[in-house]
Order: sequence, then C-alpha cells, then structure tokens
Amino acid sequence: MIIPLAHILIFSLLLFATGLYGVLVRRNIIGILISIELMLNAANINLIAFSKSTSLSPETGQIFAIFVLAIAATTAAVGLAIVLALYRVRKTVYTDEVHLLKW
Amino acid sequence: MVTSDQIILVPLLPFIAFAVNLLAGRWLKHRAAWLSVAASTIACFIAIPVCWAVFQGNHFANQGTWLMLGQTPLKFGYVMDPLSSSLLFMVTIVGTLIQIYAMGYMHGDPRYSRFFAYVSLFMSAMLTLSISDNYLLFFMSWEIMGLCSYLLIGFYFEKDSAAKAGFKAFLTTRVGDVGFLIGFLTLFSAIGTLNFSEMNALMANAHHAGAPLHAGLLSLAALLIFCGTIGKSAQFPLHVWLPDAMEGPTPVSALIHAATMVAAGVFLVARSFSLFMIVPNVLPVVTVIGTITAFMAAFIALTQTDIKRILAYSTISQLGYMVTALGLSGLGAGTFHLITHAFFKALLFMAAGSVIHGTHVQDIREMGGLFKKMPHTATTFIIASLALAGIPPLSGFWSKDEILLSAFASGHKIVFMILLLTAFMTAFYMFRLIFLTFFGQPRNLKVHAHESPAVMTAPLWALAFGSIVIGFPGSPFMHHWFQKFMAHMVHHPEYEPSAFVMACSVAAAVCGISLAGVIYLKKIRWAQKTAETFSFLYRLSLNKCYFDELYSRCIVKPFQSLGRFLFGFDARIVDGAVNGTGHATLFISAVKGWIDKYIVDGLVNFTGTLTHFLNSIVKRLQTGFVQNYLLIVFIGILVFLVWELKII
Repeated sequence: MIIPLAHILIFSLLLFATGLYGVLVRRNIIGILISIELMLNAANINLIAFSKSTSLSPETGQIFAIFVLAIAATTAAVGLAIVLALYRVRKTVYTDEVHLLKW
Repeated sequence: MVTSDQIILVPLLPFIAFAVNLLAGRWLKHRAAWLSVAASTIACFIAIPVCWAVFQGNHFANQGTWLMLGQTPLKFGYVMDPLSSSLLFMVTIVGTLIQIYAMGYMHGDPRYSRFFAYVSLFMSAMLTLSISDNYLLFFMSWEIMGLCSYLLIGFYFEKDSAAKAGFKAFLTTRVGDVGFLIGFLTLFSAIGTLNFSEMNALMANAHHAGAPLHAGLLSLAALLIFCGTIGKSAQFPLHVWLPDAMEGPTPVSALIHAATMVAAGVFLVARSFSLFMIVPNVLPVVTVIGTITAFMAAFIALTQTDIKRILAYSTISQLGYMVTALGLSGLGAGTFHLITHAFFKALLFMAAGSVIHGTHVQDIREMGGLFKKMPHTATTFIIASLALAGIPPLSGFWSKDEILLSAFASGHKIVFMILLLTAFMTAFYMFRLIFLTFFGQPRNLKVHAHESPAVMTAPLWALAFGSIVIGFPGSPFMHHWFQKFMAHMVHHPEYEPSAFVMACSVAAAVCGISLAGVIYLKKIRWAQKTAETFSFLYRLSLNKCYFDELYSRCIVKPFQSLGRFLFGFDARIVDGAVNGTGHATLFISAVKGWIDKYIVDGLVNFTGTLTHFLNSIVKRLQTGFVQNYLLIVFIGILVFLVWELKII
C-alpha cells in the first residue's frame, strides 16, 4: 500500500510543530536540544517523502536525509558540550536563569 | 717683535681681566688685584713700543667693516696717530700705577675683586677710546666709562650719599651724552662718515677749497659734540657731579675722576678738532665755557674743607683750562696740559688717599703737622702741588704756560687775565691745603697718622717722577717737540714763546703760594677776617655758587612734581582703564557663562535626556530569554512568508 504524500506531510508538520513548541516553551536546555532534533527529523521525513513521490531516483532524498542525521549528531554534540560548559559555570541548565544579554 | 696690530691686545687684556674677575672673583679673592694689575702692566708694555714708534713719526691704522648701513659701510678700527698715542701712553702708565696703589688702598675691602673687575672694565673702555678711529666706537667706550664711573662712585652703596652721588653723576653726564650722540649722528648725516681720518681729510679739503660743506649743520654737530665734553669733563654748567663723585674709593677718584675719564671729554674736542676749526663760530663758545669753568671752580675750591673736594674742584678748574686752550685753537697746549695734569692730579689724589688711609679723616681742619708722620706722602704731594701751581721746571708750568700763551698771543686779553687770576687762586688753594694738612700743629689729637705701605708709596714716587719730567717734551729745552708733534694732526696756529707770559705765570704762582703761607702758617686770623669782610663772596664760594640748590629748585623739583603727576595719571587713569577693562571682561564673561551653562549645555543635555528616554522604551525588547528571541524569529518568518507568498 502506498501512503499518500499528504498524510506524510501532515505527520511531519505535526512533528515539526511539536518540536517548535518544545523549543519555545521548554526551560530545560536538554529538552530544547531534543525538540530541535524533532524538527530536524520532521525535515528528514519531508525530504524522503518528496523524494519518493516526485523524483525519478528516490535514493537522492534518502542520502540527503542521512547527511542531515550526521550533521544533526554533530550539532547535538556541540550543543551538549555548550550545555555542559554552561552548567559548570552557572550551575544551571534552565534558560530563564541565564539572561546575560538582558537589558 | 711688536707689530702695530697687537695694539688691539691693549684694551683686550684688561677686558679679559674684567671678565675673569667678575665671574671668578669669589674664588680669586685678593689674587683678583694681581690679575688686573698684570693685565694692565702687559698692556702697558705692549702699548709703549707702539707709542714710541708713533713718536718717531710713524702712523698706524687698521680697520675692518663691521656692518653695512645700506650702501655705507660702518668700519671699526684703531688709529695710532700723535693724539691717540699720547693719550695711550699716559693712560697705560697712570692706570697701571693707580691699580698697584689700589692693591694697598683697597686691602681688606669685602668687595675687593669686584672693585678690580670694574677698574679693569674701565681701563679696557678707556684704552678702546684712546685708539678708536671712529665716533661710534668712541661713543661706546665713552658710555662704558660712564657706567664704570657710576658703579665705582656708588661702590660703597651702603652709604646713602654714595648711592646718590653715583646717581647724580650718571644722570648729569647723560645730559651731555645725549648731546654727543645726536651730535655725531648729525655729523654723519652731514658728511657721511664717522671715521676721524676721513673726517679730517674732508675738512682739510673743504678748508683749502674755501667752501664749507654745510656750515649750519656742522656748527650744530660741533656744538652738540661739545655737549658731550661739557658733561664728561665736568664743564660749567654740568660740573656739579664731579665733586660728589668723590664719594667713590680714592683710587677711583684718581683714575677716573681726575686722570683719565674726565680727560676723555677734552680728548673728544681734540679728536674733532678739524671740525671745530672749520666752524669758527663754535670755538668762542668753547673758550667761554672753559674760562668760566676754570675760574668758578678755582673760586669754589678756595673755601672747601674736604681734601678730596678741593682736589675735585681743582680738577674741574684744570679741565676748564684745557677746554679754554682748545677753544683758542691751541690743540697742542690743551693736549699737553691733559697729559701733564693726568700725572700730577693722579698723584695728588693718591697722596690724598694715602692721607685718608693714614688718618681716617677727610676734613683738612682736623689734620695738621702730618709731614713728619707721612714723609713720603707729604713730599710727593708737595711735588704734585708745585706742578699744579705752575712752578718751573715741573710739568704743570710748561703746559699751563702754553695755555696762557695761547690766550695772550691770540689777543684774548680778558681770557688771559682770568686764567692768570685762576692760576693765582690755584696756587693759593693748593698751598692752603698743604699748609693746613702737613704743617703747623696737629689740631685733632684723636687722629693717629701713620705712613702708608710701600705698595702705595712706590706708585706715588713713580708718578712724582712723571710729574717732574713729563713736561719737558713740551718745553723750550726740547724745542717744543710735543706741540710740533701734535701739529702733524691738524693745522692750527702756533705762537712764539713769550718771556712776559712765563714771568706772569711764575709770579701768579709764587704770589699764591706766599699768600697761603703767610695766612695759614702765621696769621690764621686773617683768614677769618677776610671771610667776614667779604662775607657774600665767602658764602658764595663755600656753598659752591649755589649750583646744587639752583638745580634742585629749577630742574630736580619740577621733574619730581612732573613724575608725581605722571604717577597719579598712571595710577588713576591708566590703571583705571586697565581695571575697567578687567571689570568689563568679568561681566561679559558672566553673561557668556550663563549662556553656555543654560543654552549650549541645555541643548546637549536635552539630546542626552531624549536618547535616554527613548532607550528606556526600546530596551524592553532585550529580555535575555533565548526563547523570546526564537519566538520573534519564528513570528518574523511567519510574517515574511505570509507577506511574500500572499497566502492571505
């Protein structure tokens, strides 16, 4: 059976919206990072879905998705390192307690 | 081998001594005197061979351009002609002897080195003046001598009278000096040169051509130059400074105010003689001034009691003689008297200094009977007085005789009579001084006289020797060599020696001496009786003809009131204007300050306040919460998408 493109897009939209919501409302930086991963994955699903339904060679989208995963892993590593460093200095991982740039 | 150019060392050496003494005098102490004396002595040994060569008939001159005045070069140089060599000869010898004497006289003075520094500077200026070949250099050294005179008269400046005397001398001679300055500048504009030789040549040409250059301008120049002589040589009416100048140390009185500087005025006329000869209407003025001076000063000297003041008036009187001689065209006679007078008058002052040194009083009424206690001083003093009185064959006789001869032979009988009377008075007051000082009984028992040290008496004897022999070059024994020597300079009339004049001169001198001897050794009461009989004349003489009072009333007081008036003007109006400007500036500044504070600063502050206010609104955007920023970015993207893709 073939799942229609629209369903997949709706699913990835929901996933992206969940991630965005998480980024905007979570206070914990770890949660924000996880939400960012959700948004990236929503983008991956879109890539694969569009690739399968429109392209003559569906592998293109998949390969692209794997690249995004790899980059996501590295960004996660960098992000976590920043979180660790922040925690060492400020003894917190909550964004509302870190407001160095406030007026 | 002495060359003529080495003559410039003669003024230079004393100047070096001056500089060293001034700068290092504190460490040199009593050695300062040795330096000055050495410089002067070496100068003397350099000068005398050159002078000797000039006496043999040579003539040296050299000059270099100092600066250019437009197209006219201003040249400085020296000239060694009969006139300058005679003066140089006299100044180096007399100056050196006086400095040796001063080593003894000034011994123990706290400003010993400074004294010798000043004296060296004076020597340097006087020697420059002697050999200078133009009016400008002459005037410069003339002015330096005036400065030295001021410094040395006021040498004991702790004494108010000395300070005032220095001041008086400086201001009085200044009157003449200004005349001199204007005079030679007038001459420069008339003939275009300040050089003596060039001037003489010009005048000689004009004389032969028979057409004077600018007779009026030249007469004016000659008169103004003569003003310098009146001031410097203490001629009537500017003679008042010289008696007061006796406040200075006695060697200074001998060197500057008897032998050399005051003679510079006479020397000036002698130097400018070609000018005076070509404008004959000035010479009578010179004669009259000289005669008045000679007579008046001798008259005042009759009743003075201060030993140095008598000598000072005597100096004025003898300078009057010299000026008279020059006024009667007697260049040889005037210069000759200048030279001989320098020797015996320096000797008189130094002997008087020796008396003051030995007794510590200056009033001849407190002296008496000093001959036995101070034999060297007394003997030399008497030799000099005989020379001054004109007893043959001492030097003063020959030179005074020449002057009397000029007056007699040129037909000025009145001048001749006055000069003869003056000669009589000269003999009288000098021997009044001698009899009161060295003979009779001591009148003040507190005075314990003692002879001065050899360093002082040796120069006295040297000058005494000079006073005796220096007259011979001008005497008939040497066929009037000096007068003929001077005649090389400028053509002037010569007179045959007259036995009558000589007899009159000797008679006047002998009468004066005898009268003084009778009155002051035998009949001392006659002096009082004479003073009572001729009380007007006596008071006139005693009060120096009231010149000081007259000048004080007519010149000093009006000038002081003018000064006070100008001071008031300065204090009220000039200062008032300055203060008013100050107040006005303060007021304007206050207004400007207010504008600056409230308007200019107000604008700046308003800008600042406005920025601050706007900032307080806008800064709320910076919450510091990273999600806020993300939300704004998200909303921004949404708005952008909606706007750009026209979804709605």
